[in-house]
Amino acid sequence: MSKTREVLLNPIFNDNPIALQILGICSALAVTSNLYVTLIMCVALTSVVSLSNLFVSIIRHHIPTNVRMIIQMTIVASLVILVDELLKAYDYESSKTLSVFVGLIITNCIVMGRAEGFAMQNSPWPSFLDGLGNGIGYSLILIIVATIREFFGSGSLFGYEILVLVQNGGWYPGNNFALLPLSSFFIIGVFIWLLRSWKTGQIEEPEYRIARNNLETKEVKPRI
Amino acid sequence: MFEYYLNLFISAVFIENIALAYFLGMCTFLAISKKIKAAAGLGVTVIVVLTITVPINNLIYIYFLKEGALEWAGLPNSNLEFVGLMCYIGIIAAVIQILEMFLDKFIPTLYNALGSFLPLITVNCAILGASLFMVERSYLFVESVVYGFGAGVGWALAILALAGIRERLKYADIPEGLQGLGITFITVGLMCFGFMSFGGIVL
Repeated sequence: MSKTREVLLNPIFNDNPIALQILGICSALAVTSNLYVTLIMCVALTSVVSLSNLFVSIIRHHIPTNVRMIIQMTIVASLVILVDELLKAYDYESSKTLSVFVGLIITNCIVMGRAEGFAMQNSPWPSFLDGLGNGIGYSLILIIVATIREFFGSGSLFGYEILVLVQNGGWYPGNNFALLPLSSFFIIGVFIWLLRSWKTGQIEEPEYRIARNNLETKEVKPRI
Repeated sequence: MFEYYLNLFISAVFIENIALAYFLGMCTFLAISKKIKAAAGLGVTVIVVLTITVPINNLIYIYFLKEGALEWAGLPNSNLEFVGLMCYIGIIAAVIQILEMFLDKFIPTLYNALGSFLPLITVNCAILGASLFMVERSYLFVESVVYGFGAGVGWALAILALAGIRERLKYADIPEGLQGLGITFITVGLMCFGFMSFGGIVL
């Protein structure tokens, strides 16, 4: 039981795909200006990554090693086409906003990374949970980034206006910087900072330590 | 005519830089940019792969997938655009696998230099993204060659610049939590600001 729990919960804070494994960053930047669209993206990615992990794991003993990439790709691509068509059928508006990025789930490294790194060695049920956990870990960061960007950029959440914009006769001048996709670099950077101040085990060792140039503190202990 | 292709190339490298203006291929961009040498190897690989795959996908799109493209086979009403994604990624994966085998057999020195990067490239969204942009803008064959090459050069340029900055950054005194990945994110954000300044240029 505890192992199952660990497989599911580990990727959320301890081994987060975006903040630690450096996977799946492209979409985190492009689709986060609006909370609703972000949620759809999160659901799409989580379902694709958990199902692809499940299927890859089921057939893992039958995949020849030198063509495994293409086989994994085919499984992922079929799932993505399925998600894409479903989205077009039930929520056409958001599918238009997301356009290329639903297709780019295929090359989202979380999906391939987990299929290659976890599902190829483990049995179906843990693989499914690992996919689910990584999907949730990814969603967590995306939702945080989207909340900050939508709230400060257009003063609203889920499209409901909370801070009334100047253009609509209110008092809040929207922060255009938050609407630019590059603002998510800064938000994720700061998020990683906060996460690593809490989970200090994730801090990367610097290659060089800067020596103190002040004589009294010469014998200073290494920080951390 | 030459001028037109030059403009296309310049805009693919700077104005529509695939890494810093469209944020594609970010994962490898952030992960493999610690050392200039590795970054250069990856950059060259991306240029080669993009220059091959974008034109091939262009031919596939024009002669098989586009609406009415199968007219030469006697099927004037066909429209296979919905399997496009599957075809492009299949082509990319196949080209990379073939390239890997080819280099291994005929140019072993180059294989040793690029070998470990090739599998990574399959899941680099810059590669698929460039093919999707090519389709979206309905480029013709020669245009797609120029665009593929230009997009590759732009990406390589961006990763080299980032690797240069990071090699310098390791001597800087950065707060503990920001070391490594955190400061890289912020650096890339600032680089994107820099590339935004190309945004207004009309060629």
